[in-house]
Amino acid sequence: MKKEAIQSSPAMSAASFGIMLVISLACLIPFVIIISASLTDNAAIIQNGYSILPSAFSTYAYTYLFRNPTDILQAYSVTIFITLVGTSLGLILITMAGYVLNRNDFRYRNHIAFFIYFTTLFSAGMIPTYMLVVMDLNLKDSLWAVILMPLLTPFNVLLMRNFMKSIPHEMIEAAKIDSAGDWKIFTRIVLPLSGPGIATIGLFLALQYWNDWYQSMLYLSDADKFPLQLYLYNILTAQQNLANSGEIVTTTNTMPTESIKMAMAVVATGPIILAYPFVQKYFVKGIMIGAVKG
Amino acid sequence: MKATNAVVLNPAGLRRRGLAGITHELRDHYVLYLMILPTIAYFIVLGYLPMRGFYYAFSKFKFGTPLFENDFVGLKNFEYLFSSGTLAYLTRNTFLYNIAFIVLGNLTQMAVAIMLSNLRMSAKRSMQTMIFFPYFISFVIVKAFSYAVLNSTNGMLTVYLRNMGVMGFDAYTTAEIWPFIIVLVYLWKQLGYGSVIYLAAITSIDDTYYEAASIDGATAWQKVTKITIPMLKPTIITLTLMAVGVMFRGQFQLFYNLVGDNGLLFESTDILDTYIFRTLKSTFNISIGTATCVYQSLFGFAFIMLVNGIVRKVNPDNALF
Repeated sequence: MKKEAIQSSPAMSAASFGIMLVISLACLIPFVIIISASLTDNAAIIQNGYSILPSAFSTYAYTYLFRNPTDILQAYSVTIFITLVGTSLGLILITMAGYVLNRNDFRYRNHIAFFIYFTTLFSAGMIPTYMLVVMDLNLKDSLWAVILMPLLTPFNVLLMRNFMKSIPHEMIEAAKIDSAGDWKIFTRIVLPLSGPGIATIGLFLALQYWNDWYQSMLYLSDADKFPLQLYLYNILTAQQNLANSGEIVTTTNTMPTESIKMAMAVVATGPIILAYPFVQKYFVKGIMIGAVKG
Repeated sequence: MKATNAVVLNPAGLRRRGLAGITHELRDHYVLYLMILPTIAYFIVLGYLPMRGFYYAFSKFKFGTPLFENDFVGLKNFEYLFSSGTLAYLTRNTFLYNIAFIVLGNLTQMAVAIMLSNLRMSAKRSMQTMIFFPYFISFVIVKAFSYAVLNSTNGMLTVYLRNMGVMGFDAYTTAEIWPFIIVLVYLWKQLGYGSVIYLAAITSIDDTYYEAASIDGATAWQKVTKITIPMLKPTIITLTLMAVGVMFRGQFQLFYNLVGDNGLLFESTDILDTYIFRTLKSTFNISIGTATCVYQSLFGFAFIMLVNGIVRKVNPDNALF
């Protein structure tokens, strides 16, 4: 018998289905509003306000963005650079660290794991970290600050170690008997068996870098270096200030500012929407393993 | 058995004490040490070294002065934070928001996971895909969305409420509604993540409990309250402890993208992180900001040690460490 049939009844399943249908659709409403607005005539938004479905259909915002693509492409290329470099560098360091911390015969593995874990319990905080990066490491306005800060997190390092725990230790012992070195064991045995862990943590990292606004907002000031999210953030805040001052209604009914803003939001999220259905299962797996403490 | 193996196969693996032992260990495993070295260096530089910046909290910061050349002022910055009531309201807000996040977050995630577990595979999959999506988008998109709904001129809710007769409604001048908005957005963004963990825990509950209950004539609702929820207790405790660990920091992106630098809303929306951020980026009061960081770190550390200690007393298996 199927699990859901054992623990539930037809009435309860029906009720669950109904409630969950409402909740899951409600979860998507924010995106529907953004996409609708990006496809609405700007004058209609200004006149009638934002709505769930477009009140007057128009693709002008997208045509406008694609006709003036320089800034967006610049921001896109920064984001792609950060994501690629950060994810690959992070994966190299994290797989090596996870491997060493999972080697039963490595004497200080628990000490080092604690040394790493302790920073989640007690850390310097925003300003001391900022001052170190800017004053001592001299990384103000450098993309390296944005790449470096999320590169290694205790969560990801210990998650990789937990993933590698599933590799039978006998295999490593056997390779040692065949006098394989520590590096060879890593590249020939551990890495090929770590596919799921690499996929999950690689996706965690890639998502972190793609969505990064916090680090770039803290450390970057040169607009040419702004990644996608910071670029979008600036467009949103610049016009929010205008909107709050009440000028936008009278002066800009020919400029499709509202719909362009929302079209920008769609363009900035595009790759995530496209990749999401394919990568979701790795996330689910990673979260489930990460929730197992230790 | 394992220990003897190590001795026979790898005599150097014998545990030696003292300096000679360490040299041996380094020589035999130098590849492993080289492999972990970048990670250790990373955490020394970016995890521990910044802590010396705590000195800013005990000094009078001047721009362009090296850290330890700033004049020492003792606890003056802390005295200001305490006597002005700043720390009191920041701690209150941070604490209350996080209590709401933890309690309501766990309740909604658990309820959703239980409901999902009642569904057939295909429905479960597609609904999980839908509720997990908010987790994947950046907080700037959250800002875009909140702008579309709440902005003062043509936000969806603003226009709707004004048409309904709530004259001059403006979310950005109405402080009381923000706790609801912030908690709701948090629940929405975290629902997928937490319910995945709860769903995994439900899936691993042994079917025989439910079969035995069926034989005894238990209703579906009784199975939920008498089997599923009690079996989820370790998961609830683990998730709560993990959330308590980051209680006094984190969530900056959520608050700042929803509220921004809107002074009218500080009373009800300012948390330790947003206050610290403003001292860094708009008031440039590095000493006061760092004092808040020191307070945040110490208080947060003491709090998680306390809560974890209590959990360990009651049931050692459920403690984080």
